[in-house]
Amino acid sequence: MSAVRTLDESAPPATTGVDDFGGKSTGRALTDQLARVVMWAAFVIALIPLVWILGTTVLKGGQMLLDASWWGNSQSGITARRVGGGAVHAIQGTLIQAFVTALISVPIGVLTAVYLVEYGRGRLAKTVSFMVDILTGIPSIVAALFIYAVWVVTFGFQRIGFAVCLALTMLMIPTVVRSTEEMLKLVPNELREASYALGVPKWKTIMKIVIPTSFSGIVTGVLLGLARVMGETAPLIILGPYTKVIATNLFDGLMATLPTMIYQEYSENLQPAVDRVWGAALTLILIIFLLNILGRFVGRFSKVRN
Amino acid sequence: MAKRIDVKDLDIYYGDFKAVEGVSLTVEPRSVTAFIGPSGCGKSTVLRTLNRMHEVIPGGRVEGKVTLDDQDLYASSMDPVAVRRTVGMVFQRPNPFPTMSIRDNVAAGLRLNGVKNKKKLDEVVERSLKGANLWNEVKDRLDKPGAGLSGGQQQRLCIARAIAVEPQVLLMDEPCSALDPISTLAIEDLINDLKSQYTIVIVTHNMQQAARVSDQTAFFNLKATGQPGRLVEVADTQKIFSNPTQKATEDYISGRFG
Repeated sequence: MSAVRTLDESAPPATTGVDDFGGKSTGRALTDQLARVVMWAAFVIALIPLVWILGTTVLKGGQMLLDASWWGNSQSGITARRVGGGAVHAIQGTLIQAFVTALISVPIGVLTAVYLVEYGRGRLAKTVSFMVDILTGIPSIVAALFIYAVWVVTFGFQRIGFAVCLALTMLMIPTVVRSTEEMLKLVPNELREASYALGVPKWKTIMKIVIPTSFSGIVTGVLLGLARVMGETAPLIILGPYTKVIATNLFDGLMATLPTMIYQEYSENLQPAVDRVWGAALTLILIIFLLNILGRFVGRFSKVRN
Repeated sequence: MAKRIDVKDLDIYYGDFKAVEGVSLTVEPRSVTAFIGPSGCGKSTVLRTLNRMHEVIPGGRVEGKVTLDDQDLYASSMDPVAVRRTVGMVFQRPNPFPTMSIRDNVAAGLRLNGVKNKKKLDEVVERSLKGANLWNEVKDRLDKPGAGLSGGQQQRLCIARAIAVEPQVLLMDEPCSALDPISTLAIEDLINDLKSQYTIVIVTHNMQQAARVSDQTAFFNLKATGQPGRLVEVADTQKIFSNPTQKATEDYISGRFG
């Protein structure tokens, strides 16, 4: 509340003519004060669970991350009863799957957004936009079961890492489309017109003017979308069962990931395993946090200069 | 370099809405023609048909004929991109590309069209900036962002960018309306210099400006509210401002409406 008081005091001191304006309305000041309190309360309430989760995870999982073996070993040969081992297999799996997911979703998502903003007119554009809306609303378990139905039931393939990537792609494309769309819409039309007026064809205007201008925003959107799918669990449980050993082949055999590691160790219900749950959770948070930082960083080094 | 523009019976549409009707006029090479008239009467719309920028707007289309030295700009074989290389344009608000340096902004037209020779680009940058009276102000900071210049400098940068591709005609859509009087003067001086090489058409809301810079003035007005705009009168600037034939023109320039 002290901040509030200084704000009021910093207002220019009334010298003359205060009476002419009828003085300060007490009712309005009261409403202002009330709105301030409500706003701060809402902010604090929203912050509580966040701080709580972060605090608990750091307290219970921090110890695990300080151990060098966490970053160097897998869980190969380590039973739930035993302390030790690392999360390298799961970290690798999560990163590989995220990378491949991004590799598939980013071109599709960005090109769809370019179509919607730069070319899309009439019924086709409306349909595409509507479909993206529907995709946005699909629960991850539905995406996972859809890929399962296609990949395993229809084609008879094995449950492998690549199938997980396909399901994650379904979840990532709509977020990439939507965020890229917003960024492209922010590019002023005058820049496009300036480029056309120089006799630059439309496709080149998009490649050399529109996308570079919105580049940092697009990258930030992609990284945030990626951070979101990295924490998805349903597709992993259904399509990519856990394994304790290091496996980097997306097309053969099982592949560990951080969410499945958390799920697996949690089901053991023994203290060493529970410790690993917290460790894996903190690792996942840390990776997503780093991705967010990276997003900010790219944003700062945008090519748009003033 | 400069070319002559002939407009004949031009009707301009936005979708089903007829915005401008029956415009016919001739712009002589190496002269300045000013378009004046109240807001919304279609001056800018007509200007934008002269380099086929009108059709960039969804639903935009024209009927009638625009020729550039006997070349029909709206012939089906004519590529709008080629038209825009021949007829350059400067916009109301300065719009340098925010991702590019001063140098790259000027060179943008050539570079985006595939010119890679660095020596040639540097020559063009220097010549264009000199042509736009900006060289002395920016020659020591060509690698600084174009968006960091003042409004008047940005507008001259945009003019430099437009003349770098060596167009035959230069269209200017209220180039000074966002600028202060000093920068406006700089642009007007520049227009005077440029007309020895280019055919210039300028839209302006400022009648004094039209009187100062142009050789020929065209007055546009709406037929009536909700009706398409039309060309009321076109003649030598001197004549329009001293002895117009139409009553509406006289009312407008004497400040009785608009």
